[in-house]
Amino acid sequence: MEQLDANLLARHLVDLIRPTLTPDTALVGIHTGGVWLAQYLHRELGITQPLGTIDVAFYRDDYGSRGLHGKPQRSDIPFDVEGRSIILVDDVLYTGRTTRAALNELFDYGRPARIDLAVLVDRGERELPIGARYCAHTLSHPLPAGSSLALSQDEAGLFSLRLLHE
Amino acid sequence: MNNPARNPQLNADGELQHLLTLDGLPKNILNQILDTAEPFTEVAEREIKKLPLLRGKSVFNLFFENSTRTRTTFEIAAKRLSADVINLNVATSSTNKGETLLDTVDNLCAMQADMFVVRHATSGAPYLIAQHLQATGRHHIHVVNAGDGRHAHPTQGLLDMYTIRHYKRDFTNLTVAIVGDVLHSRVARSEIAALTTLGVPEVRVIAPKTLLPSDIERMGVRVFHDMKEGLRGVDVVMMLRLQNERMQGALLPSSQEYYKIFGLTEEKLAVAKPDAIVLHPGPMNRGVEIDSAVADGKSAVILPQVTFGIAVRMAVMSMLAGS
Amino acid sequence: MNIHIKNGRVIDPANRTDKVQDVFIAGEAIAALGSAPAGFVAERTIDAAGLVVVPGLIDLAARLREPGFEYRATLESEMHAAMAGGVTSLACPPDTEPVLDEPGLVEMLCFRAKNLNCAHVYPVGALTVGLKGERITEMAELVEAGCVAFSQANNPLKDTQVLLRAMQYAATFGFRVWLQPIDPYLGKGGVAHDGEVASRMGLTGIPVETETVALATHLQLARTTGAKLHVTRVSSAAGLAMIERARAEGLDVTCDVAIHHLHLCDIDIGYFDPLCHLVPPLRSQRDREALRAGLASGAINAVCSDHTPVDDDSKLAPFGEAEAGATGLELLLPLTLKWAEEMKVPLIDAIGRITSDAASIMGIKRGGHLSPGARADVCIFDPRTERLLSRDSLRSQGKNTPFLGLPVTGQVRHTIVEGRVMYEANAR
Repeated sequence: MEQLDANLLARHLVDLIRPTLTPDTALVGIHTGGVWLAQYLHRELGITQPLGTIDVAFYRDDYGSRGLHGKPQRSDIPFDVEGRSIILVDDVLYTGRTTRAALNELFDYGRPARIDLAVLVDRGERELPIGARYCAHTLSHPLPAGSSLALSQDEAGLFSLRLLHE
Repeated sequence: MNNPARNPQLNADGELQHLLTLDGLPKNILNQILDTAEPFTEVAEREIKKLPLLRGKSVFNLFFENSTRTRTTFEIAAKRLSADVINLNVATSSTNKGETLLDTVDNLCAMQADMFVVRHATSGAPYLIAQHLQATGRHHIHVVNAGDGRHAHPTQGLLDMYTIRHYKRDFTNLTVAIVGDVLHSRVARSEIAALTTLGVPEVRVIAPKTLLPSDIERMGVRVFHDMKEGLRGVDVVMMLRLQNERMQGALLPSSQEYYKIFGLTEEKLAVAKPDAIVLHPGPMNRGVEIDSAVADGKSAVILPQVTFGIAVRMAVMSMLAGS
Repeated sequence: MNIHIKNGRVIDPANRTDKVQDVFIAGEAIAALGSAPAGFVAERTIDAAGLVVVPGLIDLAARLREPGFEYRATLESEMHAAMAGGVTSLACPPDTEPVLDEPGLVEMLCFRAKNLNCAHVYPVGALTVGLKGERITEMAELVEAGCVAFSQANNPLKDTQVLLRAMQYAATFGFRVWLQPIDPYLGKGGVAHDGEVASRMGLTGIPVETETVALATHLQLARTTGAKLHVTRVSSAAGLAMIERARAEGLDVTCDVAIHHLHLCDIDIGYFDPLCHLVPPLRSQRDREALRAGLASGAINAVCSDHTPVDDDSKLAPFGEAEAGATGLELLLPLTLKWAEEMKVPLIDAIGRITSDAASIMGIKRGGHLSPGARADVCIFDPRTERLLSRDSLRSQGKNTPFLGLPVTGQVRHTIVEGRVMYEANAR
């Protein structure tokens, strides 16, 4: 796998989003890596709408086989979704199922004007017709089977991307 | 003989298969339910109060004992998870015609039931159902005990624990008092089990001797017969309902005398900690076990209990249906 | 028939013998022990090497469910169970439907039983008409019809005046009164021993006082009336202590315990197992220990099965609603042996508790021992081979026992009644 500097990528993502940003756009980060990233973007882009966070645990399509696992967090959407431009933020885009779950959940809050997806890394291998409008880096080769890629953040706020083999 | 080593609530992987009682439920599962309930409280604040978790699943409310309140909260919880809910007030239907409990269950299983929420007047009834489902290989059907006889009311115990955690955070430095008819109360038994499992260092019961079960100290509680003594310095007061029938069984002389000695008034509550909270499973008998001033006062958290109750039941159903 | 039982370990508690020797049966009676009587020709020889030969077991309480409860069990099925259990004499309680309070009913039961030619049935008559506790029964007529004692089964007598008079009347003739100590009010509606287990499980409790308060009344009235009192199914340490105290003060009183109460206590209810719903209830561990020790010392005179066959459906209900009782005829021997081994009770005394001691309580002279001239009721069993107790292995129609799936020893190989081999283990 290529060596990726997550902080550089995050900076790059800011530059990708800034040109098309509108004043009323809201950001929604997907737990957990997407929330850290969204907090960073929210700050760097100077977004006025309060930050939204969602946990897609209750909308995952694998509930029937895996049940609830981990510790689901409260979702928090402190703005009106109705008619809003939203940028959904996640750390890694993979099969697209997490994004689909997030879309389903957002639509239960209201009918947005548009939703765009911003991710740090697209690792390919999509299983649904989902695409990120803003993507800092696309992997050139698929990752080994059974591995997962996720964002982490240290106490100083610096990002790193961790590759885990199951 | 049942194999006592195998807790019928847990499946072979140690996950929750049925919720029958809080007595003997491992602490990590108790905490897991409380943790899972947390995000569900937010759903009630949304425009669309629905999650897709139990979409397409059928939840049968099998109530052999009447209870509109409990049945309604289970119904709301199930519907918020997008389940189909069917209410069966069996008190008035087929069992009166002689159909056995298990025959009723078998019939409903044939109608593709996924979950039974059972309330029954006899202690142990939900166990019989759970064992029957196990014996007939129906491992995908789950049982939630909504109250069996005097034995247990696990979802009430859980929502009470959630409420306490919400206001007090740490269980390990609390003094909790349960007041009232412990002898007949499944709520009290579930509360005692949960409080002791979660590590509450001092659990007290306050009641006249006629309303306390034998050997109650062995459940890990301190017994008091005096309200002033029992409420001194407590952080949480858990009230129990007093039913009218108690006057008939020679257990109590009158509700007036009961109220005078054991009714929770502001004066009696004053010896508790200033930030003590008062819980009640409802419905309240004002002027019998609790004074209106307390019920409507700043210490009472009775209405939040109801809200939390829906989230807790949603959490239980989601954990069961997903196992 | 002339039967020669070879090389068995013959244990005869009444005669205090325990040795390997031969037994010779001629016709309906025991002819001799040790060496054959003159001119004896065996028509049947049973090789009892490695087996134990004892008098046919005597069970103080076995419900045959007839008349009235034939859907639960019949005389036929339960008699076969008795044979498979090595029980050659049994007393049946009066709580049938109709109650055994009329000589005609008793005669019919004895007639039916005799025709089946299995175990000897000794009916226990009702003390009061319909067991209602109001009018006393025709005790003399009932004894003539075959009753060996009078009882109220599990129906407590509320009116102590009636109880006094009933015991007085029985005492007039020296009739035996077998009473279950149950107070009519304490513990009413209860389903389990009132203690920590019932409290935790939310089961309505039956306090120990249910037994001790009733027992106090029974012992006092026995003292006053001179009635021959036998206390049935002691269930508590406190109750047993009262009986021992009364004996020490000179009262001639006997008592028995049910086999299940020697092994189980309230903890065994587990997750509301209806198979452990019994009357009297399984009490605490300490009560169980006292009962085990009491039977060993002889403070409790005998142990019985309290055989109560219940159909499966009646047990498939929540604990408190399930019908009480356990099947026991085929478990009396294995569970007595288990108790004896655990308590280090000599086999001869253990066997005594289900033969000679039970016989003396019932007043049986010709049974319960293997003396020459005694009725040839014999049980031959294998003390060593272990088997798993299964539903299929039970001949009783009642499969309701908490011991299903557990290993037991003490398999009956032959049961002989009045010189006829009525049961053999291999021929099934």
